[in-house]
Amino acid sequence: MIHSLFLVNSSGDIFLEKHWKSVVSRSVCDYFFEAQERATEPENVPPVIPTPHHYLINVLRHKIFFVAVIQTEVPPLFVIEFLHRVVDTFQDYFGVCSEAAIKDNVVVVYELLEEMLDNGFPLATESNILKELIKPPTILRTVVNTITGSTNVGEQLPTGQLSVVPWRRTGVKYTNNEAYFDVVEEIDAIIDKSGSTITAEIQGVIDACVKLTGMPDLTLSFMNPRLLDDVSFHPCVRFKRWEAERILSFIPPDGNFRLLSYHVSSQNLVAIPVYVKHNITFRENSSQGRFELTLGPKQTMGKAVESVLVSSQLPRGVLNANLNASQGTYTFDPVTKLLSWDVGKINPQKLPSLKGSMSMQTGASKPEENPTFNIQFKIQQLAISGLKVNRLDMYGEKYKPFKGIKYMTKAGKFQVRT
Amino acid sequence: MMLAIKEAASDMSPYVRKTAAHAIPKLYSLDPEQKDQLIEVIEKLLADKTTLVAGSVVMAFEEVCPERIDLIHKNYRKLCNLLIDVEEWGQVVIINMLTRYARTQFLNPNINECLLEEGGEKAFYGSDEDDEAKEEENAEVSPMAKRKPYVMDPDHRLLLRNTKPLLQSRNAAVVMAVAQLYFHLAPKAEVGVIAKALVRLMRSHSEVQYVVLQNVATMSIKRRGMFEPYLKSFYIRSTDPTQIKVLKLEVLTNLASETNISTILREFQTYIKSMDKDFVAATIQAIGRCATNIGEVRDTCLNGLVQLLSNRDELVVAESVVVIKKLLQMQPEQHSEIIKHMAKLTDNIQVPMARASILWLIGEYCEHVPKIAPDVLRKMAKTFTNEEDIVKLQIINLAAKLYLTNSKQTKLLTQYVLNLAKYDQNYDIRDRARFIRQLIVPMEKGGALSKYAKKLFLALKPAPVLESPFKDRDHFQLGSLSHLLNAKTGGYQELPDWPDVAPDPSVRNVELEEVFPTSEGRIGLLGDWREVIKLLERVTTLTRVPEWTKCSSRDKRKDKKVEKPFYSDSDGESGPTESADSGSDSASGSESGGSSSSSEEESGSGSESEESEEESDSEEEEQKKKRKKIVQRKMKPPASESAASEESCGEDQKILQKPKEIRSESDEEDESQSESSESESESEPESESEAEVKKKKKVSVPNLPSKQTRKTTVEKKEMSLLDLDDFEPTTSQVTPVNNVLSNSLVTDLEGLSLTDTMMSSATVTTASSLKMYELLHRIKGEGLAVEYCFSRQPFGSDSHMIAVQLHFTNNTTSEVKALRVEEPKLQSGMRMKEFPEIDVLPPSGSVTVVMGIDFSDSTQTANFQLCTHTRKFFVSIQPPVGELMMPVFMTENEFKKEQGKLMGMNELSEKLVLGAMCQNDHTIVQRVTSAANVSRVPCGSDKECRFAGKTMTSGSLVLVTVVTKADEGTVQLTVNCEKMVIGTMLVKDILQALNQ
Repeated sequence: MIHSLFLVNSSGDIFLEKHWKSVVSRSVCDYFFEAQERATEPENVPPVIPTPHHYLINVLRHKIFFVAVIQTEVPPLFVIEFLHRVVDTFQDYFGVCSEAAIKDNVVVVYELLEEMLDNGFPLATESNILKELIKPPTILRTVVNTITGSTNVGEQLPTGQLSVVPWRRTGVKYTNNEAYFDVVEEIDAIIDKSGSTITAEIQGVIDACVKLTGMPDLTLSFMNPRLLDDVSFHPCVRFKRWEAERILSFIPPDGNFRLLSYHVSSQNLVAIPVYVKHNITFRENSSQGRFELTLGPKQTMGKAVESVLVSSQLPRGVLNANLNASQGTYTFDPVTKLLSWDVGKINPQKLPSLKGSMSMQTGASKPEENPTFNIQFKIQQLAISGLKVNRLDMYGEKYKPFKGIKYMTKAGKFQVRT
Repeated sequence: MMLAIKEAASDMSPYVRKTAAHAIPKLYSLDPEQKDQLIEVIEKLLADKTTLVAGSVVMAFEEVCPERIDLIHKNYRKLCNLLIDVEEWGQVVIINMLTRYARTQFLNPNINECLLEEGGEKAFYGSDEDDEAKEEENAEVSPMAKRKPYVMDPDHRLLLRNTKPLLQSRNAAVVMAVAQLYFHLAPKAEVGVIAKALVRLMRSHSEVQYVVLQNVATMSIKRRGMFEPYLKSFYIRSTDPTQIKVLKLEVLTNLASETNISTILREFQTYIKSMDKDFVAATIQAIGRCATNIGEVRDTCLNGLVQLLSNRDELVVAESVVVIKKLLQMQPEQHSEIIKHMAKLTDNIQVPMARASILWLIGEYCEHVPKIAPDVLRKMAKTFTNEEDIVKLQIINLAAKLYLTNSKQTKLLTQYVLNLAKYDQNYDIRDRARFIRQLIVPMEKGGALSKYAKKLFLALKPAPVLESPFKDRDHFQLGSLSHLLNAKTGGYQELPDWPDVAPDPSVRNVELEEVFPTSEGRIGLLGDWREVIKLLERVTTLTRVPEWTKCSSRDKRKDKKVEKPFYSDSDGESGPTESADSGSDSASGSESGGSSSSSEEESGSGSESEESEEESDSEEEEQKKKRKKIVQRKMKPPASESAASEESCGEDQKILQKPKEIRSESDEEDESQSESSESESESEPESESEAEVKKKKKVSVPNLPSKQTRKTTVEKKEMSLLDLDDFEPTTSQVTPVNNVLSNSLVTDLEGLSLTDTMMSSATVTTASSLKMYELLHRIKGEGLAVEYCFSRQPFGSDSHMIAVQLHFTNNTTSEVKALRVEEPKLQSGMRMKEFPEIDVLPPSGSVTVVMGIDFSDSTQTANFQLCTHTRKFFVSIQPPVGELMMPVFMTENEFKKEQGKLMGMNELSEKLVLGAMCQNDHTIVQRVTSAANVSRVPCGSDKECRFAGKTMTSGSLVLVTVVTKADEGTVQLTVNCEKMVIGTMLVKDILQALNQ
């Protein structure tokens, strides 16, 4: 299946390679570089590049290209999904997945890759099992390892993989037993010129951080489970129970994991928490353009809209922008023509606005297109879809865990067309 | 190495076996010679039952011997069942392999789509194991005949059913694998389920999105309807990478139809203003495709595109020109204006492709623009040397065409252009010039072809069809690399075509009980097995009958007296009624009132035996013929029987009862129900005591042996089967049976109140019984069987509640504890009063409880869970509309008054022809009361029967009138009810009851 993996950084250097079957020459990456050159933006590189003898499947995460080399037919999503899983594992182990972090922990990285793929076929990708096999690096352990010359690789086989709950390791012990759940919803929306919603959907996830001793069996029930009609689960969730009773019943993995993600589709009514008023005009044969932008809250259920950030790609003809922000700060990069305005919290009494003029290239004709605004925001303590967790119960263990739930709404791909 | 693998493959630990499976492809790549031995190991590992191994071994199978499909047969069902527990990477490999497998083994489910009945199929397949088994039998028979309606192989269904939950996987690869499986294997109507999951994947990383969109694009060509509801999810954001934008555009174009084209075009309009010029070009192409596909918007699109011609961006203009050219080819006559406009563009446009397109257009339609065309050629001739090759070729074409149509004006120009071309650097252009010169310029020799030059050049050219690049990609397995690249990659396994005739499905049969505890092992046995159950049920009912005659009927009678004051009324009405009352009383129980004579008592018990037989008959009938009620009215026989019984003593009578039962039993052994009832009715008219004695003699001797043999046969069968212990008669009282009596009594009495001639019928108890509905089948309930019926008795103090009797039978060998109701899921307005928890239900015991449900006058189902100490079962009760009401007693005048209030919309009438069976109005009464819980209103005419009732919750009146027209043999049924829904449903139900 997967023959080799190359890690390519943003400047086009291969800084790590790993081969599972036979060694494939680095030169195979030349095809990748060619494709990279053709693409104007890094994200425009096609994920699958055919070469005469191999196929290159790449993903771009954290400005690093993970290029997998395959030789025979394999479902491309299989490889892509695996590569993303590799990145997730790195992130889990090192906190960040950057070139520096990988280079610092190159031993662990190789150990991990060795365990995750066997002869090109995924073997252990569950983070709980991997952590049993390969201990995550800590300062102390690195010191000990360098002195004693031992490795991180665990001595015994992962017992968890043999059990019925392969995602949970055995013998977990905590002094403080706690289970936290974060319900995070992202709104993807396209708002048209007149302010009406063209499409809006909610992408929600429930991330969990469970630190419980032993083998707890949790059930999580919702006040309004009907909202969740399009869901995907962590393998630990008992699907039958969900089908029948709309209750999430699961033996959780240890630590952080994504319990489920759901999708409230565009057919449902989605509340849009902010509105944007804009007036951007360019005049023909004039070196000036007017720019006005006002933000305001809308359908926020009384919660404050925070960390608002507006960014926009202005037309190429704009040379500079002289704007005045009533709140927050703005920056304009004359080279990339990227305008970004860090608003902060929206005060409903005094709506934030950004006004001023843009200086245009003299002699250039009026730009045809108007910029679109990408808006980011956060609303704490609110799940915009209205999803509410009813209760969390634990069975199978005696102690009483500390339970916590947090809601948050964020803007996902939130665009306003002008 | 080989030895090590073999050793490891039979290791105790599944982890070691898994690793052994991983080693197989490694060894194979090192030494392909060992293939045969490796296949043996694979075969062995395929039979492994642990989820850990399954994924790895199938991977090894795919790498080493994907062609050995025969290895899968035996493991197919196991793999399907394990699938959900296999780790995600294994799932992908298994699903892909099973897709190929299914393509070789099953028939195309869409082969004759018109015959596919989705609804029926769903219910049919259910999740019931014996349905499954039944399927098995069907499937074996049907694929033989090609024209027969398609029946899906149960294994095919198993695969579809077991993969469906995986659409919810967090792993995009798994979801995609299931999606392709459904696309390639599922019946058309079921493919839709994958759309939602695929749309969800679109939120994932852009690489995932890219692959998914490629596949969606292919799917959307074939199954447009599937993604239409998700149209908006494919709208494009300015932040999407270009490749994603282009793919989304492709999908949007595929989804465009007459209904949504306007929204799509509006969306396209905003895309055209985008800064990403490649994307704009793709959008223009997309508009062009929409325009060719959907005739209605062609002009709108064309106008929009023409406007784009004045766009400042040359790329946009060029793309529009190319698209317009294609569009114009469809109907050039109407668009000479546009052609003129485009001719002017040649001055400004520099993009070669666009220039070439304009020139071609002008050349092709030079007749529409006769003045402009030569002028364009003149301009072009001037710049000929500086043009791109593609443009030069079109200039030559234009010149040639003009020469043929308008040689006077353009002869010199053509010569000039051809001369220029003759010395061009590009050999292609030189060739073309030479070729055209030979063709069009008349020579002395007169080339044969030049005569046809005009035809050659100005032939009508078919308009190009703008097709999706994703068309015909679906011959590759979706989700595969080959599909993505639209080229066959190394190691790609072709997706085989459906076979015309399904290979023998029995190859997948396995004897392994442990793997399929329920679905497999019993298949062969099932035929007899069911029969035995049926027989046993009969035995139980038969043995039960004498018991209730002895014990419970008295209580019941009292009940009746208390609850129905009506009787006392009718008692007072006339003499005959009273005697009839007592008569029938004695019929229902062997205890008689003080007034009745001993002979009457005897006659009572006589008719009792008669009744019990009929009763049991009808019960069996019900079981057999899906609760079709058999109504047999015999006016004479009971009388004769009672006469007979007068002579014989009471004991004899009892013995008589037994033989009769056994006789009917033995009749049933012949399996023909109707026969038994026939034989009964034959024997009945036989005269008096003689007949009885004969019978007695006939049966009393073989009586005991026959019963014994019967028992032994049953026991024999029992030996071979598992838990058929419900053979033993149940000890508890069965109230429904008593209700039969009360019910029939009502009808009898009503009949009596009319005429004296009806009196004889008083001793006859009708066979009408309450319908038993199945709540929980014994197989589904793992031995616990639950039936329910509507007892038509008030439930406690709550007058809105409908009493539902639940009859539990424990068919297992262990006790069932703590039977209770949990978590009722009721529609708004509905209420439920659970029955008290049953602590213990002993093995082969049964118990009857009553619960109350207020359906709030709707036929919505009441869903709830039935819990035992170990299991929970989801069950639901749906009331027939006739049970949603209770009887009301009123006089004829009251009835007419109320009916007068419920006219117009509230009145529903229906006419029907009655069969010979139920010309009698007594039958009508009985059938109506069996269909609906209403009571008869006394009335003067014997041509009319009136019934009144009111709904339980709201108390709205329900009035039923049945008018018989003896001369026509028809019946007019009128229902007046304030609640029109109930009225309509009731009419339907009563009609059905009357038509039986």
